[in-house]
Amino acid sequence: MTLHMKLIAGVALAAASVGLAGFGTVGAAQAQTKEVQMLHWWTSGGEAAALKVIKDALAKQGYGWKDVPVAGGGGNAAMTALKAMVAAGNYPTASQMLGYNVLDYAQAGKLADLTELAKSEGWDKAIPAPLQKFSVYDGKWVAVPVNVHSVNWVWLNKAVMDKIGGTEPKTFDDFLALLDKAKKAGVTPLALGGQDWQEAILFDDVVLSTGGPEFYKKAFNDLDEASLKSDTMKKSFDNLAKLKAYVDPNFSGRDWNLATAMVIKGDALVQVMGDWAKGEFHNANKAPGTDFLCYRFPGTDGSVAYNSDMFAMFDVGADRKDAQTALAKTTESKDVQAGFNIIKGSVPARTDVSDEGFDACGKKGIADLKKASADGNFFGSLAQGYGAPPAVTNAYLDVVDKFFNGQIKTSDEAVTQLARAIDDAK
Amino acid sequence: MAFATTNADLPARRASSTPTLRARLQDALPKIVLAPSFSIILVFVYGFILWTIYLSFTNSKAFPSNELTGPLAYQRLWNWTFESDPPSSWYTSITNMAIFGVLYIGFCILLGLFLAILLDQKIRAEGFLRTIYLYPMALSFIVTGVAWKWFLDPGLGLEQTLHHLGWTSFHFDWIKNANRVIYTVVIAGVWQASGFVMAMFLAGLRGVDGEMLKAAQIDGASTFQVYWRIVIPILRPVFLSAFIVLAHMAIKSYDLVVALTSGGPGGSAWLPSNFMYEYTFKRSQMAIGSASAVIMLMAITAIIVPYLYSELREKPQ
Repeated sequence: MTLHMKLIAGVALAAASVGLAGFGTVGAAQAQTKEVQMLHWWTSGGEAAALKVIKDALAKQGYGWKDVPVAGGGGNAAMTALKAMVAAGNYPTASQMLGYNVLDYAQAGKLADLTELAKSEGWDKAIPAPLQKFSVYDGKWVAVPVNVHSVNWVWLNKAVMDKIGGTEPKTFDDFLALLDKAKKAGVTPLALGGQDWQEAILFDDVVLSTGGPEFYKKAFNDLDEASLKSDTMKKSFDNLAKLKAYVDPNFSGRDWNLATAMVIKGDALVQVMGDWAKGEFHNANKAPGTDFLCYRFPGTDGSVAYNSDMFAMFDVGADRKDAQTALAKTTESKDVQAGFNIIKGSVPARTDVSDEGFDACGKKGIADLKKASADGNFFGSLAQGYGAPPAVTNAYLDVVDKFFNGQIKTSDEAVTQLARAIDDAK
Repeated sequence: MAFATTNADLPARRASSTPTLRARLQDALPKIVLAPSFSIILVFVYGFILWTIYLSFTNSKAFPSNELTGPLAYQRLWNWTFESDPPSSWYTSITNMAIFGVLYIGFCILLGLFLAILLDQKIRAEGFLRTIYLYPMALSFIVTGVAWKWFLDPGLGLEQTLHHLGWTSFHFDWIKNANRVIYTVVIAGVWQASGFVMAMFLAGLRGVDGEMLKAAQIDGASTFQVYWRIVIPILRPVFLSAFIVLAHMAIKSYDLVVALTSGGPGGSAWLPSNFMYEYTFKRSQMAIGSASAVIMLMAITAIIVPYLYSELREKPQ
């Protein structure tokens, strides 16, 4: 065979294999039946350790675990990857997902039906109704909630608190007085990361504190226009502006965990953040009560503004159904709920899990969730995308971000912009 | 070589009217080689451009949808274009694009040309210096962004260092300032790309005929006049290449904004590419994201095509 003949043969072979590769992926997607494929973005140390609890429990039942991790805090990268996988018909067994995304996939008919399992396991009673809003679609269970995070927490450095002689603030004015004390002592009073969602968590809490739970629900869950334009909302924006005076000038673009580090090191007194901040304190070997303190945001005790991680269950073939059922059942079992959430820093998604083994902040979180759930003061945080669909959430983030950074100058204007942006996005 | 030596009998065979399989394969070889990449480009570039245009006329939200709504997404963008107080995200994005595009391309070309002329003065260690200037190009936008983010952060970088050295009145917080943050993106971008432009100009300068320059010097032209009237006009094709490369880098620089500013305070550093990504993937408003992508494509076409046309048409003369 001459050289150029070899060349031609080689090219033909290459072209053929390129063609074949296109069809080959379908075969490769065929999955093991005793294995769950799980897409998630829990890649940091504490998160991975928490996930291992579920992994180990499944391994005991003889199910393998195939990780499909996609790094990136808020899960945007993971959601993009998932979209591509689902569009190609290559479903994972389950995927970590946040509220409205579950409903999007359920609406598109991509999710499984777990209703039978839910009935036999009694999920209807154990899991609070606001969570079921996102795990049940059209009467069918399509996802399982793994945990409940709540955003109306404040985290304080105990040493700084002792130094300035502070006590637990009960009202918003108490809070301002406490921040003033810190300012006089030369400590940054409020550690904040200047990303839109962090500012929005602060504003969520201010609205909840200023207007109370009924107002919050009406404005940020029902998107009632009168409430959005009300004087209470204006007052909330004014209160947010007051808090800005206690933030160091260098806050813009800072990550949330760097803000937590400021509190851990004692450079700042307090951070307003969801309870995932507790993981950072634990990582730094700090204990609640002795090194740091956790209170509900002043004026919001008794209410819980939540976000929750869900495992959305995809409509996989019959051969993979067993593994999926085992995953769902295991995730919701009381042992795993306790084990997982002790490490993750969140609170179990079922209200009937014992608080044994949780630290002081975790115990308070569980008790608060039970009480708030019974009183009807348990509702989705708009800042975390559980109050309204993503388009509305982002419109809200825009307005808060622009107000906090001075592009929207008065609370009057902020209220007008907020109502308009939300109306636009609905 | 292989063809010439092993196929001495080829012309004779070609002369006969029925080509053999081997000859036909040889004729088809270039087509076979190009076919995979051609078809991939056809589908994944032009196919998806058409798909994006189609999506922009539907009511796609989180997923592509087939429900046509007409130019609704464009109407929204049009309204947002004139909404300037407080600015809509789209208004911020396109004004930022104008500022960034003009300054980035302008400074890169000026600085690149200036450095190239300096390096062209037959100095010592030219190779070493050239490598130093060219090196930033080897870094990705992400690395550039993160490095400059630390350098410009008032709590970490330049300002803090000078404060430690005793110059406590020094103040430079552009990266935290909603009205200035886009200029920090320009600084980082120019830092990265001007060395590359320098290399392009340097190659151009080396191609200039030395005899012509000598003649000009004998006629009494100053160095400045030589460059201004002879060398720079000769470099016109290099300007074209630099402009094309920089223009498309400017319009696609998404990662630089994200790494350097995370979008800036209140989204004030967004470029249209950031707008497109945010609306398509984060906000479940795929139709609006697609419409903005189409507008970006139209904008770059409107700039590049006439320029290419006017430059390339002159060649045959």
